[in-house]
Amino acid sequence: MKIIRHSFDGVIVGAGGAGLRAAIEAAPHMKLAVITKLYPTRSHTGAAQGGMSAALANVEEDNWNWHAFDTVKGSDYLADQPAVDILCKEAIESVVELEHWGLPFSRLENGKIAQRRFGGHTIKEGEAPAFRACYAADRTGHMILQTLYQKCVSMGVTFFDEFQVLDIKIDDGVCKGVVAYEIATGDIHIFEARAVTFATGGFGKIYKVSSNAHSLTGDGPGMLYQKGIPLEDMEFYQFHPTGIYRLGILLSEAARGEGGILRNKDGERFMERYAPSIKDLAPRDMVSRAIATEISEGNGAGPNNDFVYLDLTHLGAETIKQKLPDITDFVRTYVKIEPIDEPIPVQPTAHYAMGGIPTDVDARVLSDAQGSILPGVYAAGESACVSVHGANRLGTNSLLDIVVFGKRAGQSMVDYVSSTKPFTLSDNAAEDLKNKVTSFIEKDHDPNFSVPKIREELQDSMEENAKIFRTDETLTHQTKILSDLRDRYSKVTISDKGKVFNTELLEAIELEYLLDMSDTTVASAQARKESRGAHSRVDHVERDDKNWLKHSFAFKNGDSVKLQYKDVELGNYEPKERIY
Amino acid sequence: MDIKLNILRYNPETDRKGHWEEYLLNADPDERILDLLHKVKWFDDGSLAFRRSCAHGVCGSDAMLVNGENMLACQVLVKEVSNPIKIEPIRGLPVIKDLVVNMDSFFDSYKKVMPYLVNEEEPGERERLQSPEDRDRFEDTTKCILCAACTTSCPVFWTADTYVGPAAIVNAHRFVFDSRDNASKQRLEILKDVNGAFRCRTAFNCTTACPRGIQVTKAIEDVKRETLTIN
Ligand SMILES: Cc1cc2nc3c(=O)[nH]c(=O)nc-3n(C[C@H](O)[C@H](O)[C@H](O)COP(=O)(O)OP(=O)(O)OC[C@H]3O[C@@H](n4cnc5c(N)ncnc54)[C@H](O)[C@@H]3O)c2cc1C
Ligand code: SF4
Ligand code: FES
Repeated sequence: MKIIRHSFDGVIVGAGGAGLRAAIEAAPHMKLAVITKLYPTRSHTGAAQGGMSAALANVEEDNWNWHAFDTVKGSDYLADQPAVDILCKEAIESVVELEHWGLPFSRLENGKIAQRRFGGHTIKEGEAPAFRACYAADRTGHMILQTLYQKCVSMGVTFFDEFQVLDIKIDDGVCKGVVAYEIATGDIHIFEARAVTFATGGFGKIYKVSSNAHSLTGDGPGMLYQKGIPLEDMEFYQFHPTGIYRLGILLSEAARGEGGILRNKDGERFMERYAPSIKDLAPRDMVSRAIATEISEGNGAGPNNDFVYLDLTHLGAETIKQKLPDITDFVRTYVKIEPIDEPIPVQPTAHYAMGGIPTDVDARVLSDAQGSILPGVYAAGESACVSVHGANRLGTNSLLDIVVFGKRAGQSMVDYVSSTKPFTLSDNAAEDLKNKVTSFIEKDHDPNFSVPKIREELQDSMEENAKIFRTDETLTHQTKILSDLRDRYSKVTISDKGKVFNTELLEAIELEYLLDMSDTTVASAQARKESRGAHSRVDHVERDDKNWLKHSFAFKNGDSVKLQYKDVELGNYEPKERIY
Repeated sequence: MDIKLNILRYNPETDRKGHWEEYLLNADPDERILDLLHKVKWFDDGSLAFRRSCAHGVCGSDAMLVNGENMLACQVLVKEVSNPIKIEPIRGLPVIKDLVVNMDSFFDSYKKVMPYLVNEEEPGERERLQSPEDRDRFEDTTKCILCAACTTSCPVFWTADTYVGPAAIVNAHRFVFDSRDNASKQRLEILKDVNGAFRCRTAFNCTTACPRGIQVTKAIEDVKRETLTIN
């Protein structure tokens, strides 16, 4: 195993939208490296479909305050309102900036950026659905990812593609760099750097049915959690209402934004009963709960009554072709149904982590619930929790989050690097990772302790016990299962002992992060004895602002989880009952 | 149903050259080829190497030869291909291990064509305007996910790997026909070169291979024609 050293001022871990946007900001001002386990253009930002919100008012009157109101209400009042103000205000310049860099948005007849409706976005604080989501057909994320990568190519940003960061070095509470594994060779690389940004994306692979890529395993949050950094609001995981039945492949909310309707087995537009004013365009937590309720009451379709229909048949072939080409192709490819003629079987799919690495509005990582800053470490995008999404993210606000706070992470790196001096990181920085890798290579393979078995049981059990509806009982049960899986993980073995493209080894290391994500999700969910946003406790159905208007901070405590709490930062909007 | 899967395996640490391995699997006809590869990797031989991420045809990781044709393993279902199923790495790029090839030269070619918007004019505080018709001119080529299925199915590329290849030309097209871009001339100069667009012999393999349905050969023809307009 070769050890190779590099010296940089700053390192960004991850090359999705958040990492690339940070790189564009930081690269001109320092010696910077972007390290990514996938080629940048393979990042899951490229899978995002529907749009990115900004109150451009290209179609109708709009302003960022209404966007902020919707975001706070959508978050079930758990979002920090000063952060939401930044998100919604800076949205406008962020979209314009992407356009200037070449992003091929769809256009209105007058040549301006086209905007469509999306769940939970309204004008005049709830009056009617708003045309706020800027889009490029139903491949907005693909265009964002391509545009940001193109910009990085034009700037000559340094990339380490297919290098997986597996350790961060923090000495005396100060960041010193990261250690990475080169996938093609098995070599270990030490990256000296005083500023490190984590932008590793989500961790939807803790569930069985998910819209997330295989690569979304929570590496960034996992690495920090193992070093004693807390994870914020992990109990809030979003289930998107419309995943393709059984596969979980996402069918964007844009489908309903363009007029698509959800129907139960009798063809009834059931959302009229759950959200009379905005119906199918209610926020995701509500729609997913409505679907789960329809299914549990026997109104689901199919032989097992376990799905509902997304009906696009009334939209017409032209709208579908122009505005929803990709998602309707997914349906044709994977379900062999023609969505122009037939409704599509859907079910909620694990989609988005509202929780993650706690940061302030400048993407600086917090090391405790009191708000202490961990010098030199930053986080942005889905791996971070600012918190702008609170207990439930609105559609289109994540693509926004990654550029607004990705940029801020880049700026913070610049500030920090310009006010601190370089140092050297000793060779033994590689020791921990080297030992981890060696122990997997040296341990004889025992098929009874294989990664896929443990991972499958993890995903099945999380799906069963910690999904949309939770109770103390299901969570207690899941805690036991997780503790058993952890025991077995300590004995896990791999069969591939090679150095070149040993992805079995990497899956083994990623499995520990998945266990960390699951532990913190379940522990935070069990402690929160209320229902708020995506967290629905059947045994505590009401929201409880008196006791629970606060963020959870989950710390590693040996093999268990310790919790602290931090008050929500309020602003213009007092918590109110959430009716749509 | 019972499936016979033949995979061309190669491990640089133990093999001198590639060899076929046969795997017998049980699979649902609706499963993806990628699901079969996962079955082998997860429940039979953990050392099998292939790239994948999104699993639904949008990230471009898993282009490979399935029964002799380039496709994304995650985009094709078992019932759509004939059994036994033969899987090999894409051609014309050096194999690193099993189905994983070295993509360096592919991305180098992409970078050569200036794949980014060039416009030095002050854009102002709001978006630049672009009519839906102007936007439509390059719609098709914005869809590229850089999977390399086109380039590695091209007979010209197999014999001359200095040829920039269809994917790079597709990405040049995306900017050459964008009304907001000012560097068409420079890009077309690059593509006029001996290793540029005129190497294309319109074999159409690229168009057939493209998992995003991009009219690749047409894009190359558009670029060739445009090249003739500069002097
Ligand atoms: C199908 C789908 C559709 C969506 N549609 C929308 C939408 O329409 N609007 C919206 O606002 N949001 C949408 N979202 C959400 C949004 O796309 C994501 O939250 C967002 O793109 C995440 O971006 P990111 O930069 O944080 O992470 P990602 O794009 O996931 O990037 C993560 C990066 O980290 C790297 N990485 C991870 N671990 C390591 C490691 N250990 N070492 C090195 N590198 C590592 C990866 O290689 C990758 O480059 C959608 C999500 C999905 C799944
Ligand atoms: S043009 Fe098509 S086949 Fe070629 S790289 Fe792009 S997406 Fe792949
Ligand atoms: S895994 Fe992403 S394209 Fe196949």
